[in-house]
Amino acid sequence: MSSRIQISIVAGLLILLGLGLALYKKIELGFPLSPGERQSVWTMESKISFKPAVGPVDISLILPEPDAGWVILNDHFASSGFNFSVEQGESERQAKWTSDVLNTSTTLYYKLDVYHSGKFDLGSSPVPAIAVPELAVDQQVAMDRVVELLREQSSDVVSFTAVLLQQLVQENLDQDMAFLFAKRGNSNLSVIMNILANAAIPAQTIKGVFLEDGRRRQQMDTLIEVYAGGNWYVFNPKTAEQGLPNNFFIWQRGDRSVLNVFGGKSSQLEFAIVENTLPIKTILSMEQKSKHWLLLDFSIYSLPVEQQGVLKGLLLIPVGALVIVLLRVLVGLRTSGTFMPILIALAFIQTTLFTGLLIFLSVVSAGLWIRFYLSYLSLLLVARIAAGVIVVIFLMSALSIISYKFGFEQFLTVTFLPVVILAWTIERMSILWEEEGVREVFIQGGGSLLAAVLAYLLMSVELVKHLTFNFPELMISLLGVVLLLGKYNGYRLTELYRFREFGKSEL
Amino acid sequence: MWAWPKQLRERGVLGMNSRNIDYIGRSNSRSLYPLVDNKLKTKKIAEEYGMSVPKLIGVVSMQNQLQKMKQLLQGHTRFVIKPAQGSGGKGILVITQRNGDEFIKSSGMVLDFHEVKHHTSNILSGLYSLGGRPDVAMIEDLIDFDSTLSNYSYQGVPDIRVIVYQGYPVMAMIRCSTQASDGKANLHQGAVGLGLDLMTGRGVSAIQKGKSISHHPDTGYSFDQLVVPHWDQVLTLASGCYEMTKLGYIGADIVLDQNNGPMVLELNARPGLAIQMANQTGLKKRLQVIDNLIRTEHTDATVEQRVQRAKQLFSQNIG
Repeated sequence: MSSRIQISIVAGLLILLGLGLALYKKIELGFPLSPGERQSVWTMESKISFKPAVGPVDISLILPEPDAGWVILNDHFASSGFNFSVEQGESERQAKWTSDVLNTSTTLYYKLDVYHSGKFDLGSSPVPAIAVPELAVDQQVAMDRVVELLREQSSDVVSFTAVLLQQLVQENLDQDMAFLFAKRGNSNLSVIMNILANAAIPAQTIKGVFLEDGRRRQQMDTLIEVYAGGNWYVFNPKTAEQGLPNNFFIWQRGDRSVLNVFGGKSSQLEFAIVENTLPIKTILSMEQKSKHWLLLDFSIYSLPVEQQGVLKGLLLIPVGALVIVLLRVLVGLRTSGTFMPILIALAFIQTTLFTGLLIFLSVVSAGLWIRFYLSYLSLLLVARIAAGVIVVIFLMSALSIISYKFGFEQFLTVTFLPVVILAWTIERMSILWEEEGVREVFIQGGGSLLAAVLAYLLMSVELVKHLTFNFPELMISLLGVVLLLGKYNGYRLTELYRFREFGKSEL
Repeated sequence: MWAWPKQLRERGVLGMNSRNIDYIGRSNSRSLYPLVDNKLKTKKIAEEYGMSVPKLIGVVSMQNQLQKMKQLLQGHTRFVIKPAQGSGGKGILVITQRNGDEFIKSSGMVLDFHEVKHHTSNILSGLYSLGGRPDVAMIEDLIDFDSTLSNYSYQGVPDIRVIVYQGYPVMAMIRCSTQASDGKANLHQGAVGLGLDLMTGRGVSAIQKGKSISHHPDTGYSFDQLVVPHWDQVLTLASGCYEMTKLGYIGADIVLDQNNGPMVLELNARPGLAIQMANQTGLKKRLQVIDNLIRTEHTDATVEQRVQRAKQLFSQNIG
């Protein structure tokens, strides 16, 4: 009895502790309990990587000057071993890293949280002077003809730019234009800027990042803006679309280069991006309070963005584990492999439920069929499992290729299913088949799939995702509940059926 | 259709969770499991304690010993080959007759020596053991089961399962193989479970696949005529397994040999719950009686005292 009391006390304390911490976050720090009130807050991690050359290193990064409604909530720098300073230039801030000696490839980090406060037009920007570049004679002739032709096809500055970009995107170039763009050493962008300059149109580039949740190695992109009648008009040179894309975070307007590296080579600027679920108010107060509240300083938000993404998935596993415990202890559902259903459920999150089920069933049944032949060969267990793994990978590749050829691209997600788990499932099922018969295979296989589907359904509820990620302390409460369930010695739901004879009145 | 939890509690039915937490978890030390999970170890320790067990002809523990099987089987015409760590009766080969190199199974099928060797090799590679672990094959004498029971069995050997709690036998049943169970004494494969009165060893009530049944489906004999012979010996043997294994909650499987009487076939540290249906009685009720008994009375009762006590306590005629 004493162990039961102990467990109850420990579990009770854990549940209260978890709930208490969560409530404290809710009441004192204003974390929202439901995901409904959130607005997209993007965390961008800029990675500057380069290899050392000879001599001292001097790196400068122009810091973003948000425009068009973008707001920077906070930013951090990571610069171990470097002298670091942020300098205020005439128009923009600049981060500077310097070091006298550097021997190894190095990565510097600049992390910032941004959100879009609403749809606003671009702010004002000084109109750059038009600098017409000097060209070789044959090029100048072609350039003049191109400008003349485009002027004929358009009515104003905006349509001039639009026609130019459309022709470029559709690869519908006349001879002169093809000649200009074919010139080696010039990027399309610089040719476009040259044409605009020759047409006496004030224009400049906008550098920025397209924000997409979960992107790892996003590069910086460039848009073009032209000035006409007191307004700026934005174009995407890659698509010829006019207007500022909603998810484009503006880093810098103007033609200066964003990253300058002296004393290093092969420098690169890449971004990892994660969409967060907190409302701005909370982020704002969090930022102010993080210096005072230990709890927040040790929160998941203090981790690098890539790790946050991984944890998002990891924190869902306890929920799946709870589902399994409930199903096995309270219901008495039989599954093959205790926690195998959770892994299947995690895979379903990537593949979506229906496709996932279809893939799972087809791979397992095809695998079982092949496994029967292997069993006929009477191999050693380890060799059999290894053969199973290879067969599963082969089936997965085959499924990917065939479905791709037939245009069912959703089946490409087959690669998210855990290979080794599939191989073990096939092995277990086939042993079960031989030892207990087909019935047991369907009972346990069906039980596993049912558990996986239920776990998946719970894990994909927005509220559950929100709570597990933003209130990880609820995991402590979950632990308490699981401990309590571990001491449940009452009847299982299936036993009420199994022992139904005892429910009849006569003795 | 369904029973309410309240009804099950009133009838003292033991559920799986309670069995695991309150009985197996509390009475069976994990470190003692190998003793019962490995039939070879069980047999050795049973012999040390002077218990009657089927005679061991030999053990094949490595693939290269397969060559010597011929010598091993010399002169043996009726024997059983089984995995030491098998469960649920898997991988048991029963040879009832032999003509030179022709071995005849209980079903009448004829095997040659090569096939017998192949079966043994499968046992060694772990085909029949839990989790596919490598195993050893035991060869032992076939039991000539007591003729009084032959009316209640199709092909296989009927065995008696006694649940022993803290050394006291608390419930018993006999499992009779049927055609549906393919001659195996496994309840979930369709064998009949017949509850036995602890006082007399007489059949009380029988089930097959969860349904009540009054006559053996193949032989047609009525179950209420069945009385297990040597009943006191059966209970004494089962009860003595407590001293032998130190496990507080076990299921002892006992067979009756025509010539040698009751023998311990194997022990189980996680005995199933179906015995309650065969007896139409809840186990928990009886386990609680023993718990009370131990709390209130002297605990160092001998095997005979415990058997007598249990017979009085759990006789179906009294209550």
